[in-house]
Amino acid sequence: MIEIFGVEVSLDPIWLTLEVAAWTTFILLLLGTPLAWWMARMQHSSKIVLEALVALPLVLPPTVLGFYLLIIFNPNGYVTEFLRFFGFEGQLTFSKTGLIVGSVFYSLPFAVQPLMHAFEAVPQKLLDAAATMRANVLDRFFTIVLPLSQRGFLVAATLTFAHTVGEFGVVLMLGGNIPGETRMVSIDIFDHVESLEYDQAHVLSAMMLIFSLIVLMLVYGINRRFGVKVG
Amino acid sequence: MTTLRGNLNLKLGNFELNSGAFELPLEGVTVLFGRSGSGKSTLLRAISGLDKHTEGELYFGDVCWQNGKTALATQKRHIGFVFQDAALFPHMSVRQNLMYSVKRLPKSVEPADFDEIVTRVGIADKLDRGVNFLSGGEKQRVAIARALLTRPDILCMDEPLSALDWRSKAEMLTLIEDIVAAYQVPVLYITHAPAEVERLANQIVFMKDGAIERIETLQESLSRVDSPLFDDEGAVSVLQGTPQAIEQGLRPIQMGQNTLWLSDLNELKKDTVRVRVLAKDVSLALSDPEQLSIINHLPAEILKIVPEDNHRVLVRLQLQDGQKLFAEITEHSAQRLQLEVGTKLFALIKSVVLAE
Amino acid sequence: MKNTFLAGLFGTVVMLVSSGAALAQTATIAVAANFTKTIEVIGDEFTKETGHKLKFSFGPTGKLFAQIKNGAPFDAFFGADEKRALKTIEDGTGVNGTYFVYAQGQIALYSDKYPVKEQPLEVLKKAEFRHIAMANPRTAPYGERAQAYVKKMGLYDGLKSKIVNGESIAHAFQYVATGNAPIGFIALSQIVDPQSPIYKKGEYWVVPQADYAPIKQGAVVLKRGQDNTAVKAFMEFVQSPKAIEIIQSYGYSTP
Repeated sequence: MIEIFGVEVSLDPIWLTLEVAAWTTFILLLLGTPLAWWMARMQHSSKIVLEALVALPLVLPPTVLGFYLLIIFNPNGYVTEFLRFFGFEGQLTFSKTGLIVGSVFYSLPFAVQPLMHAFEAVPQKLLDAAATMRANVLDRFFTIVLPLSQRGFLVAATLTFAHTVGEFGVVLMLGGNIPGETRMVSIDIFDHVESLEYDQAHVLSAMMLIFSLIVLMLVYGINRRFGVKVG
Repeated sequence: MTTLRGNLNLKLGNFELNSGAFELPLEGVTVLFGRSGSGKSTLLRAISGLDKHTEGELYFGDVCWQNGKTALATQKRHIGFVFQDAALFPHMSVRQNLMYSVKRLPKSVEPADFDEIVTRVGIADKLDRGVNFLSGGEKQRVAIARALLTRPDILCMDEPLSALDWRSKAEMLTLIEDIVAAYQVPVLYITHAPAEVERLANQIVFMKDGAIERIETLQESLSRVDSPLFDDEGAVSVLQGTPQAIEQGLRPIQMGQNTLWLSDLNELKKDTVRVRVLAKDVSLALSDPEQLSIINHLPAEILKIVPEDNHRVLVRLQLQDGQKLFAEITEHSAQRLQLEVGTKLFALIKSVVLAE
Repeated sequence: MKNTFLAGLFGTVVMLVSSGAALAQTATIAVAANFTKTIEVIGDEFTKETGHKLKFSFGPTGKLFAQIKNGAPFDAFFGADEKRALKTIEDGTGVNGTYFVYAQGQIALYSDKYPVKEQPLEVLKKAEFRHIAMANPRTAPYGERAQAYVKKMGLYDGLKSKIVNGESIAHAFQYVATGNAPIGFIALSQIVDPQSPIYKKGEYWVVPQADYAPIKQGAVVLKRGQDNTAVKAFMEFVQSPKAIEIIQSYGYSTP
């Protein structure tokens, strides 16, 4: 509990939110990179299907996504069974792990799309040239693709992080509002509003607003600066 | 001599490459020639292993590069590649671009002489520049140096001059000739400009509709009346000779016992040069006319007379040193001079230029 | 184009309606989402008997309340609690003297794994489950009563770490119905509804009404509907024995 403008606010939801967002960003960059690369180099029509699938969380109401995840993640379902096989003992719903997994789905397009566009902008010629200089696939990826996609990575990371911080629907559906485990900032604000504690809601909302503004300015700043350098 | 032989197929959308069986001698410059869309670039990419969908077979000497769908990866083929637009890595300096090649040389391959190459290619003073601050010609020079530093068994060049202005083109052609001579590296060279072919080619691969039409030497190709190398200027001959020291403001080119006089006085570093003669710039005379402003008179013998459209005939001549020359004259003149195969006469050449 | 078409359609509907019953009027009523099915059945009966037409707008009580406060065109308001309906009167949008409690929610302990029907308190005491679902006590009356109940029975400390809160009772129900929580305090109305996904599955125990403060759902006539005969008739109908029978069949008690 700390006091801001004379209002007592618990910081736990904020730390939790930052933690979940950080993990989500890390995992999405790790998994999204090969996926985006694969999609960027795809030529046949199945790319359309994949692109649509990745973009789905953009159009799906988060509560719908959350509801499906609630069904898929239920402790007797296939997903949990599958994870048990690998020694997983917890439950995906009502847990931080579950929130992170849910956020990975929810923020998927925010990581994959900027990465894909960055990868698509890397001319095939450069990769061909590198191949003729005896660079193998991984070598080409790390020495050519990655440095030329820096901007894509920065945009993907900031957008994913910010989007996860602001997510509500999925967390609401999956979380169960457990303090320190699944009570993220957005839920906390919602509760304050619902129980007519407007002062706390205002303080937290203002913090979110400022945070989002800074992140967006960062993204546009990155776009501008690196846009000139690479182009 | 090593050869590159095979038969490659590659389908790209509506376009299909079916090269047909081929065997290329890997010596000097082999030009892939054809209209755009004839499949030159596709064939070169297939040969380089840059397109995964390539099928068929390909052998570099005894080494199998392609068998069915199984292909040796590009990075294991020891190929140097110069792309149309240089394809330099924009996030690296010139030196870093060059070192990209050097760092990846296998231990078994001895590194090339870095300083010698950058000096010969003419980029020694630009090593620390960012590649975005180079002119088009400079970019291609870096690309060539980068390709040479891979110690390639073959150097592939895909229309390396097409993006350059005429002055850079001329300089680059000289550079490419120099490189072929200096490093003895076989070159596969794509172009659709006959002038580049005449200047560089040892042999030519003619491509049409995704297939190899024929493979022949430059001289074989130029001896054909309907050679695809002839554009709207008509038939062209390319003569080869040894440049001599300048005399009386002219450059003599020695061809056997005869001499060809050039008004081009640029410095020539080479032992042999090619000159280009348009058939319509060649007149014929039964005796050696002394009182004439035209200075190049070469004794010749008629090999063949080919009637053309518009009441003109193309006369194929053999010079004393065995080189061939086309002359284009009117039907009327041919009848008046009673020309026939075997007639000995003089070829008067109005204008001679060094090939490109 | 589209607007003209809609206007025409609307005109036709109005004509048809007014020609059907000369005295029939239409009322638009805001209803808390949990009462959706019940009030639809009551509404059908009402229209059959009186000829008056009803239009329902369903939503979370809080949202409906906010809409009313901001001038939404509703004639009456059926909330899921007492305070929101009473607050409309305070705010001046509700009509003084029209407030009444139309239903009382009943809490049930439901599980498809544990014998809650025979030994509800033992199950809660042993607490062998990983999670128990209930509505958020801060925002939902069902949650508040459920929490108060387990506190009163001295079970709260044993359960505290296992409680997962849905933001509403509908949300808590989802946790149970999807199998994510094996047990939960939910509304009886969610179990006895024939269309409920857990209807006749698992078992439940109705928490004795005496052990928790009644969850009163209050209704009020809004200023906009005070002269509407359909509204007046409907408010009376909801308190008639016929309507009470329907309300009880959906798992609510009445005062």
